Amino acid sequence: MSVTGLTVESPVVRLCGIGKRFLGNQVLRDVDLDLHAGEVHALVGENGAGKSTLMKVLAGVHQPDEGTIEVDGVRRTFASPREAQSAGISIVHQEFNLLGDRSVAENVHLGREPVRWGRVDRRRMEAETERLLDWLGERGISPRTQVRRLPVAQQQVVEIVKALATDARVLAMDEPTAALADHEVELLYDLVRRLRERNIAILYVSHRLREVFDLSQRITVLKDGELVTVRPTRELTSDQLVRHMVGRPLDAYFPDRARPADLGDVRLAVRGGGNARVHGIDLRLRAGEIVGLAGLQGAGRSAVARAVCGAEPFTEGTVELDGTPARIRSPRAAVRRGVAYVTEDRKGEGLALRQSVRDNALLVRRAAFGRGRGLRRLDLGELLRSVTLVARGPDQEVRLLSGGNQQKVVLAKWLAVEPKVLVVDEPTRGIDVGAKKAVYDLLRGLAGQGVAILLISSELPELIGMSDRVLVMYDGRIAGELPAGPSEEAVMALATGHALEAA
Amino acid sequence: MSVAVEPGVRPQWTRLGNPVAAVYGALVLLLVLGSVLVAMRGGVLLDQGGILNILTRSTALGLVAIGQTMVILTGKLDLSVAYLIGLCSLIGAETMAGDPGMILPAVLLTLACAAGVGLLNGLVVAKLKVNAFIATLGTALIIRGYLENGYTGPSGQVPRVFQHLGYDRIGPVPVSALLMLALAGLAWWFLARTRPGYHLYAVGGDEEVARFSGIRTDRVVITAHVLCSVAAGLAGLFLASRLGSGAPWVGTDAGYDLESIAAVVLGGTLLAGGRGGVAGTIGGVLILATLDTTFDELGVTPFFKDVVRGVVLIVAVALYARRRMRR
Amino acid sequence: MTTTDPASRPSRLPRLADGTAPVLAVLAVLLVALAFAGPAYSEPAGYLALLKRAAPLMILAIGQYFVIVSGGFDLSVGSLVTAEVVIAARLIDGDEAATLWVIPFVLGFGALVGLVNGLITTRLLVPSFIVTLGMLLVLDGAVFLWTGGSPRGALSEAFRTIGREGFDVPLLGQVPWSVLLLAALVAAAVLFMRGGTGRMLVAIGDNETAVRLGGGHVERLRTLAFVLSGLSAAVAAILLGGFAGVSAQVGDGLEFRVITAVVLGGVVLGGGRGSVVAAMAGALTLEALFSLLNLLGISGGLESAVQGVIIIAAVAYAASGRSVFRTRKGTS
Repeated sequence: MSVTGLTVESPVVRLCGIGKRFLGNQVLRDVDLDLHAGEVHALVGENGAGKSTLMKVLAGVHQPDEGTIEVDGVRRTFASPREAQSAGISIVHQEFNLLGDRSVAENVHLGREPVRWGRVDRRRMEAETERLLDWLGERGISPRTQVRRLPVAQQQVVEIVKALATDARVLAMDEPTAALADHEVELLYDLVRRLRERNIAILYVSHRLREVFDLSQRITVLKDGELVTVRPTRELTSDQLVRHMVGRPLDAYFPDRARPADLGDVRLAVRGGGNARVHGIDLRLRAGEIVGLAGLQGAGRSAVARAVCGAEPFTEGTVELDGTPARIRSPRAAVRRGVAYVTEDRKGEGLALRQSVRDNALLVRRAAFGRGRGLRRLDLGELLRSVTLVARGPDQEVRLLSGGNQQKVVLAKWLAVEPKVLVVDEPTRGIDVGAKKAVYDLLRGLAGQGVAILLISSELPELIGMSDRVLVMYDGRIAGELPAGPSEEAVMALATGHALEAA
Repeated sequence: MSVAVEPGVRPQWTRLGNPVAAVYGALVLLLVLGSVLVAMRGGVLLDQGGILNILTRSTALGLVAIGQTMVILTGKLDLSVAYLIGLCSLIGAETMAGDPGMILPAVLLTLACAAGVGLLNGLVVAKLKVNAFIATLGTALIIRGYLENGYTGPSGQVPRVFQHLGYDRIGPVPVSALLMLALAGLAWWFLARTRPGYHLYAVGGDEEVARFSGIRTDRVVITAHVLCSVAAGLAGLFLASRLGSGAPWVGTDAGYDLESIAAVVLGGTLLAGGRGGVAGTIGGVLILATLDTTFDELGVTPFFKDVVRGVVLIVAVALYARRRMRR
Repeated sequence: MTTTDPASRPSRLPRLADGTAPVLAVLAVLLVALAFAGPAYSEPAGYLALLKRAAPLMILAIGQYFVIVSGGFDLSVGSLVTAEVVIAARLIDGDEAATLWVIPFVLGFGALVGLVNGLITTRLLVPSFIVTLGMLLVLDGAVFLWTGGSPRGALSEAFRTIGREGFDVPLLGQVPWSVLLLAALVAAAVLFMRGGTGRMLVAIGDNETAVRLGGGHVERLRTLAFVLSGLSAAVAAILLGGFAGVSAQVGDGLEFRVITAVVLGGVVLGGGRGSVVAAMAGALTLEALFSLLNLLGISGGLESAVQGVIIIAAVAYAASGRSVFRTRKGTS
C-alpha cells in the first residue's frame, strides 16, 4: 500500500470493526482504523462523533464491545492504559497529566523511575530525558526545570516526551493545540513532523481543519459513531472534508425564530472588547434575540462569555447595558446589572452538587442580591415548573438529578434574578434529547420575554437551528457574522480559518 | 556532578528547595539580630552554652518534624505524634529498666510499636478514606486514653549508658543533635534520591496524576505515616535518655504535634503537599529554637515567645503564598 | 409535560440533612442508657444538668460548624476561651459594676479574633489551619504576657450567674440560665442556616466557584464564619468562666474536642455537607458519652480512648457511604 510516497508494508496498529456502547447508547459502530509507522493519521468529526471514544479504545482506557485490535499483526486486548503502553501505544491527554512542582525529568519518568543501587538514577533519568528531547530536536528545555515554570507549549512537549518514554511507537494526541497560543502551534507542528520522521505513528484528533491538512497524510472521518470515509489527505479539499463531517439534515425540533418585529432595543453592546485571550470584540445583542457564537475549541468563545460576565473581564473596549456604559469588573457586578452566565462546566462551576434543588435555585438570588432586594417576590414552585424540572422535590440533592435536570436547575437559578442578558455556554452538553428540547423552548421563551441571549455551542445543528444570527470566532477574534440559518459549511469555513485562507 | 548551568536555569539546590535558601537566610538574619540584641545586654548568644542550647532544643522537635515532613508532603498530617512520643519514652524506659543489656531490645521494641501506630494511621487514612486530621486525632485520643489509664507520672528507668546519648557532646555540639542531623540527611536522601521518596512528592502533588502514572498511592501514604511515627518514636527515646525515665506527657507538654507542623510549614513545605523537604524543615526547627534561646538570653517571659512564634508562622506562610502566586 | 408536584409545597418540617440521622440515633441510645445507668437521670433535672455541662461545647460546635462547613478550620477557639476568661477576670477583678461593660467587651474581642483569622485566611491566602494555629500561639502567649504568668483577678457574681445559676420552672425544677441561652442560640443558628446567608456558607464549602460566578462575596462570607466562631468562643467562655471559675486551663484541648464533636455530627471536613443541628447533636453526644462512662465508673483514660475510636469509626462510616459518589478532585 502506498501512502503519500511512503511505502509501508503493514500497519503498526489495526482496529477492526470496533463497536462500543455506553449505557445502551451506541457511540461507535463497526469502525476500522489502521495506523502506519511514520504516518500522521487525522481523526476528524463533529462533537459526539466518537473520536475520543475511539482514541480511548486504542489507548486501553475503554474496552471495545465488538471488534479487534492488532499490534504488528498480533491480536491484543488492553485491560488498562498500562497494557496499551507496554504494547507501545501512548496517549497525550488534552488535560496535562503533569506535576507542576517536579522537574521535567521527574515527570517524564513518573512511576517508572530508574533505580541503581537503591537510589533513583537521576543522571540516567536526566540523560534519558535529554536524549528524548534531543531526538525530538527540542533544545530549549532543560530536564531539570520545574514543569510549572515552562510555558504551556513546552509543557505539552513534556507530556509528549512522557508518552514517548515508554518506548511508544504509536502516539494518540487529543486536540493537542487546544491549550496552545497561535505561535506555539507552529512549534507543535515541527514536533509532530519530527515524530513522524522518526517513524512514530500518530493518531491526531482535532477539530481544526487547517492543522489536519497541514500535518496529516490520511484522514478518517467519523460521524455519529460510524466511519464515513478514510482518504489520503491530498485527495481531499477542505470543502469536501467539511461536507463529509456535516451535511446531516437539521433536526426539526427547534422552536421558531424571532420575527424582526419581536426584536427590541440593544441590551448589550461591546465595542472593541479585548483581554489576554480575545481581541477586538464587537458585539450587540438586542432584546428578544438569540445570537449564536460559533467557533472551534480554543477560538475564544468561552473567553468572550467569561469577559462579558466579569469572570475574566475585558481590559480594553467599552461595554454598554441598555444603552448606559457599564464597568463590569467582577461576576458580582455583572450579575447585579442583569447579566447571567450559564457556564460550560455545569458541575465544576454551576452547581453546588451536594445542596438541594432549592438552595441551588436560590443561589444567585442569595449570593448577589441579599434577600432578593430589588427583585420581584419569588415563587419557587412556579420557577421550577417554568423550567419543567423533574425532581422528587425541592429538597432533593442536585447531584442525584440527571444531567438535563441539573441544567434546568442552573437555568432556574439565573431566572430567579430576572436577567436582561443571558449567556449560555454549551447548554445541552451531555443531556438527552428530551431535555435538549426543553432547554431550546425555554431559551426561545425567554427571548420572547425580552431577554437577549448569547448562545455558545459546538453542536452546529443546534447553534444554527436556534440562532437569529451567528457570529463565528477564529483565533480570539470574531471572524464573521452570518444571518439566520447559515449552512454548516459556511460556519465551518469561518471557524476553521478556511475562509481566511481562501480570501 | 557536572552541572552546566544554562542561562535562565538556576542551579539545582535553589530550585529544588525553593524557599530553603530563604529559610536559612532568615535563620542567619535571626542569629545576627539575636546576637546583637543579646550583646546589647552584655551577653553572648552564640557562645558554647548558646549553641548547645539551640541544638538541644532542636533535637527532639527536629526528629518529630522530619517525620511530619514526610506525611505533610503527601498532603496529610499527623496529630498523634505528641502522645506517641510520650508512649514511646515509656516503652523504652520500662523495657530497659536500668539494664544496659536491654537497650537494644528496648529500642527495637519501641520503634516497632511506633511503626505499628503509624501503620494504623496509614491504613485508616488510605484504606478507610478517613481524613488524616480525624484519623490521627482519633489515634492520639486512643493513645492518650492508654496513658491516662496507666500512668500518673514518670515511669521506667534508662541505664546510665543510654543517658550518654542525651548528654554527651563533642565541643558545643551534642551527639544527639548530630544523630538528628544524620537522620535528617537520611530523610533527605530518601526523599530526593529514592523511588518511594519520589512517589511521596507525586502523591502530594496530585494523587490522580500519581495514580494514572501507575503509582500505588495507598502504599505511599501508609509508608509516610509509618516513617512519621518511627521518627516520633526516636524522639521519645531521645527524651527518655534526657529525662532518665519515660514520661507520659513529655510530648504533649511541649506541644510537639502542632509545633512540628509549624516547623515543617515554616520550612517552606506546602501544607497541601507535593512541595518542600527536610532541609527546609530543619531550618524551621532551628529558627524556632533560636527564637526560644534568644528570648531566654534576653530574659523575656516565655509567653512572649508564643506570640512571636504565632506571628512568624502566619507571616512566613503568607509570604510563601505570595511568592507562589507571583510565579 | 411533567410537573414538580411536591416542589411547590414548602416543607414545614425541619429537614434532616443526610448524616444527621446516625448521630441522633446514637444520641437517643445514649440518653436512654443514661436513664438506666444513673438514678439522677430518672427526672428532668438530670438531663438539664447534662445540658448545662454540654452547653459550652454545643455553642462552640455552632461556631466551628460555620467555619468547617464553609471549608475551613478554627483551631484557635480553645485558647480564645482561655483568653476570654482570663481577660474577663482581670478586667472585672471582683467589681460587680464592671460586669456590664466587660461582657460586651468579651464578645467584641471574640469577634475581633475571628475577624483577624478570617481576613488573613481569605486575603493573604494562608490555609486556615495555619492561621488559626498561629492565632492559638499568639493568644496563649499574649494573654499570659499581659497577666504576667498566672490568671489574676476574679469574676463578679453577676458574670458567673449565667454559667452557674438557674431559674425555677414548675414541673422541670430549676432550669439553668445556660440552657436557656443555649436554646436561644440553637434557635438562632437554625434560623440562620435556613436563611440565605447560612445556605451561602454551605454552598461555598461545596462549590466556591459557583458562588463566585453567581455574584457572591466569597471572601466576606468566609470571614463571617470565622467571626461567628470567635463569638461562639466568647459565649462559651462566659459560660465556662461562670461554671468552672478562672483558670488558665479552662480552654485546653477544646479546639480538638469541638472539631471531634462537629465531625461526629456528620459534618464533613472540607465543607459543603452537614447541618448545624447535627453538629450540636455531636457535641451533646460526646458529653452524654462522657457522663455515661463516668456513671459506669470508667476512668478518664478510657474516656478519651473511646472518643478516639468513635470519631474514626464515625468518619470511616460516612466515607464508606460517600465514596460511591466521589468525583475527581480539583473541581473548585
